[in-house]
Amino acid sequence: MTRLKIMASALTALVFAAAFGGAGAARAFSVYVSNEKDNTISVIDSTSLEVVKTLKVGQRPRGILLTKDGGQLLVCASDDDVVQVIDVKTWDFVKELPSGADPELFILHPSGNPLYIANENDNLVTVVDIVKNKILAEVPVGVEPEGMGISPDGKVLVNTSETTNMAHFIDTETYEVVGNVLVDSRPRFAEFTADGSRLWVTSEIGGTVAVIDPATREIIKKIGFEIPGVRPEAIQPVGVRIAKNGGRAFVALGSANRVAVIDTKTFEVEKYLLVGQRVWQLAFTPDERLLFTTNGVSNDVSVIDVARLKVVKSIAVGRFPWGLAISKD
Amino acid sequence: MNIMGIHIDTSRRSEPESQKPPARKWLAVLLAASVMVSGGLGSASPGRAAEIARITIAYLSQAAEPPPKLSNLDLPPKDQGVAGGRLSIADNNTTGRFLKQEFVLEEVEVPADGDPKAAFQALLDRGDQLIVLNVPARVLLDLADMAAGKDVLLFNVGAPDDRLRDADCRDNVMHLAPSRAMLADALAQYLAWKRWPKVFLVVGRRDGDRLFAEAVRRATKRFGDKIVEERQWAFGPDTRRTAQAEVPTFTQNVDYDVLVVADEIGEFGEYLAYRTWLPRPIAGTQGLTPTSWHRTHEQWGAAQLQNRFQKTYGRWMTPLDYQVWAAIRTIGEGATRTGSAAFAAIRDYIRGPDFELAGFKGQKLTFRPWNWQLRQPILLVSPKALVSVSPQKGFLHPVSLLDTLGLDQPESACRLP
Repeated sequence: MTRLKIMASALTALVFAAAFGGAGAARAFSVYVSNEKDNTISVIDSTSLEVVKTLKVGQRPRGILLTKDGGQLLVCASDDDVVQVIDVKTWDFVKELPSGADPELFILHPSGNPLYIANENDNLVTVVDIVKNKILAEVPVGVEPEGMGISPDGKVLVNTSETTNMAHFIDTETYEVVGNVLVDSRPRFAEFTADGSRLWVTSEIGGTVAVIDPATREIIKKIGFEIPGVRPEAIQPVGVRIAKNGGRAFVALGSANRVAVIDTKTFEVEKYLLVGQRVWQLAFTPDERLLFTTNGVSNDVSVIDVARLKVVKSIAVGRFPWGLAISKD
Repeated sequence: MNIMGIHIDTSRRSEPESQKPPARKWLAVLLAASVMVSGGLGSASPGRAAEIARITIAYLSQAAEPPPKLSNLDLPPKDQGVAGGRLSIADNNTTGRFLKQEFVLEEVEVPADGDPKAAFQALLDRGDQLIVLNVPARVLLDLADMAAGKDVLLFNVGAPDDRLRDADCRDNVMHLAPSRAMLADALAQYLAWKRWPKVFLVVGRRDGDRLFAEAVRRATKRFGDKIVEERQWAFGPDTRRTAQAEVPTFTQNVDYDVLVVADEIGEFGEYLAYRTWLPRPIAGTQGLTPTSWHRTHEQWGAAQLQNRFQKTYGRWMTPLDYQVWAAIRTIGEGATRTGSAAFAAIRDYIRGPDFELAGFKGQKLTFRPWNWQLRQPILLVSPKALVSVSPQKGFLHPVSLLDTLGLDQPESACRLP
C-alpha cells in the first residue's frame, strides 16, 4: 500500500476508535462474504468498512468459514460439489476437499477438525477430515439439510432439514442420529449458546425461532415476531448469532429486511434493526463490537454497532451475498 | 391375489431411503357392468415390525382425453401426476424414518373410458381413507357423495372448477389444484398492475374454455380491467397452415391492450401470437400463463424440489405433479405433526388452525376454512421465463393477500356443515 493509503487507513481507524468510544483503537478484522450469484468472495476491512479484495471462487459459493488457526478460508462451492480451501495471506487455492454433492453450509468441530457439511440435494451430512482430505462418514438426515450447529464441547452436532422440518441431533463419536426435534416449517439455521445450555433453531416459513434445551431436547420457548407495517408472511427468520456472554441474540428476518434483537432471558424482542433486503446471515467480529449481515436482494452487507444497537453502514458487495466469515485477528 | 382374473399386487411398500419409489402399481381395468369386490385385504403388511405405523394414501386418476397431437409438441408425460405423488411419498418417508412412520402409495389409473366410481368403491371397500383424486369435476362430486358420512378425506389435485369451491362444495374434499378463479385473478391483477386494462377475450369451443372465460370476466371486473371485446374462435382445430390469413381478420377492429385466450386443450391458442392485427401480447391459456408450478420457477428453494424431481424422473415437474406432491405432503404434515397414523388425528390437524405447508412459494400455504381451497401464490409464466408471481403488490386484503385470488369468504356460496 502507498504511504498515503496507510495514513488514510490509520486515520480512519482512529476516527472509528474515537466514534466507538472504546478504550484503545478498534482492531482490524477481515470480513469474508460469499456472493452466491457472482461466484466471488468480497473481503471487507472491518475498520475502513470497505471492500479491499474480490476473489473469484467456484460456482454458487454459499457457506464459508475460517479454519481454527485463521490461515485458510473454506468455501462451499455448491454447484461444483466441492469445498475449496484458500490461503488467506496469499489468496492461493490450496486444495479442494471432498464434500459430497451440493454442499450448502458447514461447521468445524471446535478442535478445528473434522468438518461437517450439509449436502442439500442428497439428504446427507458428510464428515470430512480436512487434514487427510478424506470423507470419514455420511449421516443420513432429513430432506434438504442446511443448518449446522455444534455444541461447545464438540459432542453434539445439530443439522436442520428444510422439508422434513426437524433438527437432528448427531453424536459426533458414533455419527448416529440420537434424537430429532420437530420445529415449524422450513428450519434454516441452528446455533448453540456459548455455554451449550440452549440451542436456537429458526423456521423460515413458520416465522418463528425455537429455543431448545439440548439435554432434554424439548422446545422451551417459541419466539414469534410482530413488526408494525410488515405483513407476517414476510417475517422469515434465517441466521442467528448469540453474544458470547449470552445476553442477546440477533436473528436475521429475511424479507422483513430487519434483524431482531432478543433478550435471551426474557425472550422478548428488544428492537428491530432495519438493514438491507432479504437479510439471511450474520457474523460478529471477535470482540463483538460489530455485527455484519448479508442482504441478498439489495446486494449489500450492513454493519451494526452492537453496543449502540444501530446500523452504521451499508457496504455494496457482489450479487446475492450469502455467507460470512470473520477473521480472529 | 386375483380378482376376476386380474392380478393385484398388494405387497408394495415404498423404500424409505431411496428416491425411487416402487415401480409396481396396480392397474385396475374396469368393465362397465362389473363391480370390484375386495377380499379381506387388510392394511397390515406381514413381516413388518409392529412399532412402525403405516399411513396408506391412494391416488386415483382418470386418464384425460389426449390433446390434439398437432398443436401439442409437448405431450403430457405418461406418469404425469403420479410421479409427483411418488416423490412426495419418498419425501414423507425420509421424515417418517425418524418417527417410525411409513407412507405407502396405492396407485389406481382408470382409462378415459373406464368407470372411476367402481374403482373408487373398491378403494372404499379396502378401507382406504386418504384418497387423492385426479378426475373431472362431475366425477369428483359423485365420488365425494359416495364417501359422504364415512371417515374418508379426499384431495382434489386436478379439477379447477369454481363450482367445487362455491355452491357445489363438499366438506370431505380438500382442493390443492388452484381454481380457475384463482388463475384468472392472478392474471387480471398483473394486467392491472401493468396498466394494460383493455382485454380482448377469445374463447375456444370447449366447456373448459367457457368456464375459464367466465373466470376471466369476473377477474377483470374485480381488478379494474375491462373486456372491450369478446369473440368465439370459430375455426376448427389445426389452423397452422391458415393462421396467417385467418388470425389477422379474426382480430380486426378492436382496440385493446392484451388478448386473453381461453383454449384449455391447446387447439389454436399458440397460433395467435405475432399474427393479430395489432401488435399485442397474448395471455391466458397460452402466452403469459397463470399456473401453480412451472419449470422456470426456482425461487424460495424451489430449485431443490425441481432438482429432486428432475433427477428422479428425467423431466420437469408439471403443475399436476406439483399438486399431487402438495396433497401427499399435506397428509405427511398431518402425520408428522400429530405423531399419529390415525385418520381422525391427521384429518383434524389438516383442517385445524396450525396447519401450514411449506410449498416452495415463499410463504406458508394454508387451507381456506370456508371451502378447503389451499391458498397459494400463482406463477405467471412464459415458456422459458417466470414473468411474475401473484398476488401483485398493491392489492390489499384484511386477512391474507392470498385471499385476493379466488373466491373469498363473503363471495363463496359454499356452506360447510
